[in-house]
Amino acid sequence: MSIEVQNITKSFGNFLALNDVSLYVKTGELVALLGPSGSGKTTLLRIIAGLEEADEGSGPVLFNNHNVANSKIGDRGVGFVFQHYALFRHMTVFENVAFGLRVRPRETRPDNGEIRRRVLELLRLVQLDTQANRYPHQLSGGQRQRVALARALAVEPQVLLLDEPFGALDAKVRVELRQWLRRLHDEIHLTSVFVTHDQDEALEVADRVAVMSAGKVEQFATPNEVFHKPATEFVMNFLGSVNKFRGQITDGKVRLGGQYIMDVPENTEEAKLFVRPHELLISHKKTPNSFNLRAVVKRIHSAGARVRVELETHSGDPMTAEMTHAMLSDLNLETGQEVYVTPCNIHVFGSDEHSLEE
Amino acid sequence: MFRRYPKSVLPGFRISMGLTLVYLSLLVLIPFAGLILKVGGMSWNQYWSIVLSPRVLAAFRLTFGASLLAAGINAFFGFIVAWVLVRYKFPCRRLVDAMVDLPFAMPTAVSGVALLTLYKRLGQAIGVKIIFTEWGLLLALTFIGLPFVVRTLQPAIQDIEKELEEVSASLGANRWQTFWRVIFPSLRPALITGFAMAFARALGEYGSVVFIAGTSLPIVSIEIVKNLQGGQEDLMVAVAIATTMLIASFVILFCINFMQVWMNRRYNDE
Amino acid sequence: MSISRQNTDEPPFVRYLLITIAITFMALFLLLPLILVFYCAFEEGLTTYWTALTSRRTIRAIGVTLLTVGIAVPINVLFGIMSAWCLGKFNFWGKSLLISLIDLPFAVSPVIAGLLFVILFGMHSIFGDWLMANFGIKILHTTTATVIATMFVTFPFVTRELLPTMQAQGSEEELAARVLGANGLQIFFRVTLPNIKWALLYGVVLCNARAMGEFGAVNVVSHGGKNNTLSLLIYETYQSDLVAAFAVSTLLALMAIVTLVLKTYIEMKTQDE
Repeated sequence: MSIEVQNITKSFGNFLALNDVSLYVKTGELVALLGPSGSGKTTLLRIIAGLEEADEGSGPVLFNNHNVANSKIGDRGVGFVFQHYALFRHMTVFENVAFGLRVRPRETRPDNGEIRRRVLELLRLVQLDTQANRYPHQLSGGQRQRVALARALAVEPQVLLLDEPFGALDAKVRVELRQWLRRLHDEIHLTSVFVTHDQDEALEVADRVAVMSAGKVEQFATPNEVFHKPATEFVMNFLGSVNKFRGQITDGKVRLGGQYIMDVPENTEEAKLFVRPHELLISHKKTPNSFNLRAVVKRIHSAGARVRVELETHSGDPMTAEMTHAMLSDLNLETGQEVYVTPCNIHVFGSDEHSLEE
Repeated sequence: MFRRYPKSVLPGFRISMGLTLVYLSLLVLIPFAGLILKVGGMSWNQYWSIVLSPRVLAAFRLTFGASLLAAGINAFFGFIVAWVLVRYKFPCRRLVDAMVDLPFAMPTAVSGVALLTLYKRLGQAIGVKIIFTEWGLLLALTFIGLPFVVRTLQPAIQDIEKELEEVSASLGANRWQTFWRVIFPSLRPALITGFAMAFARALGEYGSVVFIAGTSLPIVSIEIVKNLQGGQEDLMVAVAIATTMLIASFVILFCINFMQVWMNRRYNDE
Repeated sequence: MSISRQNTDEPPFVRYLLITIAITFMALFLLLPLILVFYCAFEEGLTTYWTALTSRRTIRAIGVTLLTVGIAVPINVLFGIMSAWCLGKFNFWGKSLLISLIDLPFAVSPVIAGLLFVILFGMHSIFGDWLMANFGIKILHTTTATVIATMFVTFPFVTRELLPTMQAQGSEEELAARVLGANGLQIFFRVTLPNIKWALLYGVVLCNARAMGEFGAVNVVSHGGKNNTLSLLIYETYQSDLVAAFAVSTLLALMAIVTLVLKTYIEMKTQDE
């Protein structure tokens, strides 16, 4: 089932949580809503679910091109998973999962044998069939979230919505569970949307990522695209650390330290240049045909999978470069050395914070 | 080395503990010891013949019955009042909330004389005798028990996670199913606690009851007072009844505690 | 109308129905008796009311009540602070037993509380006889007994309100003050007291309300007459002179209203903080 929201606006008092947001999720897709807190991602998810209602004048919420904006959450066929699991603590794992089946009207309610069969099947799917008779508080966080997932799947939803599903878990469990969720999605192909503030999580799990900020979708694209071709300065900044430079514009050309970078449209007043640390090359000699910046090595952090080198330009601006351990030993870097720094990939943004690349 | 008091950098443990113990002993422990001595001086036969005498048995039956019923009425209406106060916004909500404590704050003699007059006039108006009957007793016991139910339920209703209701709705439950299957079970311990506290309070109530029920109905607290005005023989009757009631209220308190511990173990972390 | 509310809130008519039931129940059961107190007191005119209020027995009862409250409340406040200090800031063996013992007077019917002191000080009791024989002191049926019984029934209020607050706040601030060189009294007055002031006030208000209005226990240990408290005076007069009983009741009802107002005020204050 595809999901489409059009021109959704939502405010809480004076706070504008969503500002004219539109989004289209294809059938069977796994989409992440990524953004800092207060960016409106959870509000958008709750509007899709029917837990919140968009402001007057907003566009429709379409499931398979059918407007559901006026139907109740229970009628939308959505499964919803909360950050803090929201398990019913006075019910066993089995009863939690069976809940959605038991509350059906008598005509459509499966009989007890059928409920039992379906619940146990789901518990097997989430690898908890041995825990059926335990109570939620007897389970670990990861297990609880899997129960919540099984419970949401029990009503055979057309759409699965997850609000920070891994947010309350320990780092290690979080990584395991998100990989498991990806595999599960590949198995059942349910259209799914999940909210997260963790970029690794979004980039690793989702088919496409909607990066949100201040009630707007900044970019909606594949993980590769949002990482390598960020559409806005915000996306660039949010997905990993960056080094900033200010470019000079003359005759419609951006230059950095006199070196030509790219053409820009006329009337462009400002060009902000961003370089990711792993795209800054360090060498002892000038690189020909390229921009070279002199900098002093301030610190070398080599405890980790990659080496981070902190540098400082003559004008006192800090910079960070990242490299492999092999590169470090080839370079034979030491603190206090003076080196040449060359960016090998520059992202340029205009004064409206949008990318100037096509 | 054996430490008689906890080692702490904070001062004042010994003096505060000492004063507490002295005061507690003088005011509470010695009087209770006196009661126990008094009871100890009684033989089993004596005790049973008092407690099983028709008048006392009737008093137990009426007091327990009316208290249970009053606590039940309070559990029902108290639930609605607590729910409305926590969940809904309406004019005078603060006022209604403050009023819940009126039976706590109002001296029982005032409640007694007010209830007496109110139900006397009401009875005259509708032609039914309320005062000096079981109905009057029930009304008075309901009056004094309400705050217990409301005040134990309010925080419990406040603590219900909104998410539980949302998840229930997302699974297709209607509002009544959500209430009955999700909300109500999580409020049950608080409701039972409030009910038991209202019940225990009603069992021992004297002030408002003595006005509205008069001295003709057999009511435990009134029987105790009546017997205190007589000689030594009667004092023993009072002691025997009082001991029985004390045991009853301790059993209720113990049950509340036990239930809370059990519920915690079963459904909560820790 | 909002959709989301349809799912997680009751339908409007259910809401209005419940609000109506709650308000009606409260009005009929709680508010009506309160209004009736004032209505009946003034039913026969201001003069009757004023005469009843300024009669000698009323004045004397006010005196006895104030004396009782004036002794019982300060002592219980002092004790409450002491016990809350040792229970809230220290850990020791038997702590929960001590808490239960302090709570004991709440579990006991006021009538039984009175009975305890009748046994202790009454005729043919060991203690009563001994006091009489050696010192010629009679306690039962005097104001002393009234004070003691009142102290007993209001005994746990202050501790009960202070202890949760003290436990919730822990003792880090006190320890910090200790490290900075404050002595015990300085710690208490400069660090602890400001933190617990609202809970303390709350406890005092409740303790005071109960002490003012205690009836059951006092009725058992007092002989009435010139030892009457306001509550006992109501009991003594309601059959012969109902208007006088109501006139006295207005005083205690006013006290109850002030108590509720203060309680609400304190709750609002603590919610703000």
